Amino acid sequence: MSDFNDLYQELILDHNRQPRNRGSIDGAALVAEGFNPLCGDRVEVFVTVVDGVIDQIKFDGTGCAISTASASLMTESLKGKTLAEAKALFRRFRDMVVDDAEDSEDGAELGKLAVFSGVCRYPARVKCATLAWHTVSAALDRADGLVTTE
Amino acid sequence: MTSAIGRQTETDRGHTAAGFDVLAVRSDFPILQTTVNGKPLIYLDSAATAQTPSAVIDAVVRYYNNDNANIHRGVHTLSVRATNMYESARAKAAALIGAKRPEEMIFVRSATEAINLVAQTYARDHIKPGDEVLVSEMEHHSNIVPWQLLCEQTGAVLRVAPMNDAGELRLDEYEHLLGARTKIVAVTQVSNALGTINPICDITRMAHEHGACVVVDGAQAVPHIKVDVCELDADFYAFSSHKFFGPTGVGMLYGKFDLLNSMSPYQGGGEMIRSVTFEKTTYNDVPHKFEAGTPNIAGGVGLGAAIDYVNGLGIEAIVAYEDDLLDYATQALLATPKVTLVGTAAQKAGVLSFNVDGVHPHDVGTMLDQDGIAIRTGHHCAQPVMDHFGIPATCRASLAFYNTRAEIDALVVSLRKVQEVFA
Repeated sequence: MSDFNDLYQELILDHNRQPRNRGSIDGAALVAEGFNPLCGDRVEVFVTVVDGVIDQIKFDGTGCAISTASASLMTESLKGKTLAEAKALFRRFRDMVVDDAEDSEDGAELGKLAVFSGVCRYPARVKCATLAWHTVSAALDRADGLVTTE
Repeated sequence: MTSAIGRQTETDRGHTAAGFDVLAVRSDFPILQTTVNGKPLIYLDSAATAQTPSAVIDAVVRYYNNDNANIHRGVHTLSVRATNMYESARAKAAALIGAKRPEEMIFVRSATEAINLVAQTYARDHIKPGDEVLVSEMEHHSNIVPWQLLCEQTGAVLRVAPMNDAGELRLDEYEHLLGARTKIVAVTQVSNALGTINPICDITRMAHEHGACVVVDGAQAVPHIKVDVCELDADFYAFSSHKFFGPTGVGMLYGKFDLLNSMSPYQGGGEMIRSVTFEKTTYNDVPHKFEAGTPNIAGGVGLGAAIDYVNGLGIEAIVAYEDDLLDYATQALLATPKVTLVGTAAQKAGVLSFNVDGVHPHDVGTMLDQDGIAIRTGHHCAQPVMDHFGIPATCRASLAFYNTRAEIDALVVSLRKVQEVFA
């Protein structure tokens, strides 16, 4: 079991078992769907913005533990953030899971998201961790289409 | 875990006594002596690509060290040697699947290319708008998409013969779909996602009654069962080298001689011509007509060595050993709580698709990898199969004659560990 700990940390397993902010938001202005063609994972993200700040955010879809927990923790992290803060956090998160980047020029705080730091040692799983983020990024850009991780 | 392989178990000793010495066979495969993530490799992904024995690796090295030259061109010694080695591999491939003559075997770069070749030559010449191409629901994408392309090009219609929930072709529905408009039937002999063995003899007989031509995808069959294309009465039969313990980048297309002889060329270039002028070009004879350009000569030589290696073990002994191992693995997974088999056909070869309740296949795959166990997870290039069962993906453990009961035991131990983590 100890072999799995750098990837499947307890916080990830918990958010996989009980995803937070799962569901849809009726009438949300910002919606996008993401698809990972490698594994068939799909995620849909719903966002409402009030005065430039993310007010409500939910996700729906099916996927592996990494993609589900990532979507769940992402919604928790983004609530209350400005759009600029949200994008900076996405960059910071992506740098961490792709390159194991320690420092951020943006200065965005990862907080709980640091639990995904082990993902960079599993290149095949990076797309699982970033799918929800790519999707929310598209939603925030009002790119209301199908997003892929390619 | 470390005791899983490299050490005989009582059950594996039984196989040694029965005439198939799996531990000796394993020692022929250098990669099976390696470790992954600090654990002895347990390779259960042979349906994706099979491992290569030293005999094949050495043959490729020997070819480059001693014989490397272009084929069918030079009068010099190396060119003659390389040509003989390559043509000898063609003859071995013909004998392997019971083709009447080596000229019926065309070298291509993959089983996928073999199917595309038939679609773009024979089929394109014979298909008219409104004609039908019939595939089965359990096909690999490589036996679906070439036909979809053909249909787009010609105005033909793609029809699909369904399977039942065990993953078996519904032969009655298949027969019902056959008609005067059916020009091509394209079907796999063994399903890569489910392991189902299809009744090709029945399929070809019914298709031929309606005048349809039958293209068989044999990529997953040739490594596991005795194939005789004449007995199957297949018009075309495709398989690949790398799923048959040979190098990647080589596939073979069998076609009945008269069909091949009547077909338009595939690609144009060197080797496939007899004479070229700007006014008129005449084509080479079968099979060279379909082999434009310098082929993967070393790969072909390697395939020849792989065929020699498998013949040395004996296909009957391999089939008996694998049937027993598949049965053992099936029982082991059925006895593992919260594991569901996907694909439970009465006739199967080489493949165990399964899901672990509440755990996504990719998480299972990543966790097993930490134990040195290589399985495939995903849709296995067979999304319609996944759609049939209403699932996005499965875990797939696929077997070859170098796998052992001890490795299956290790798989089950690892799966229980996965369940503990996700409980």
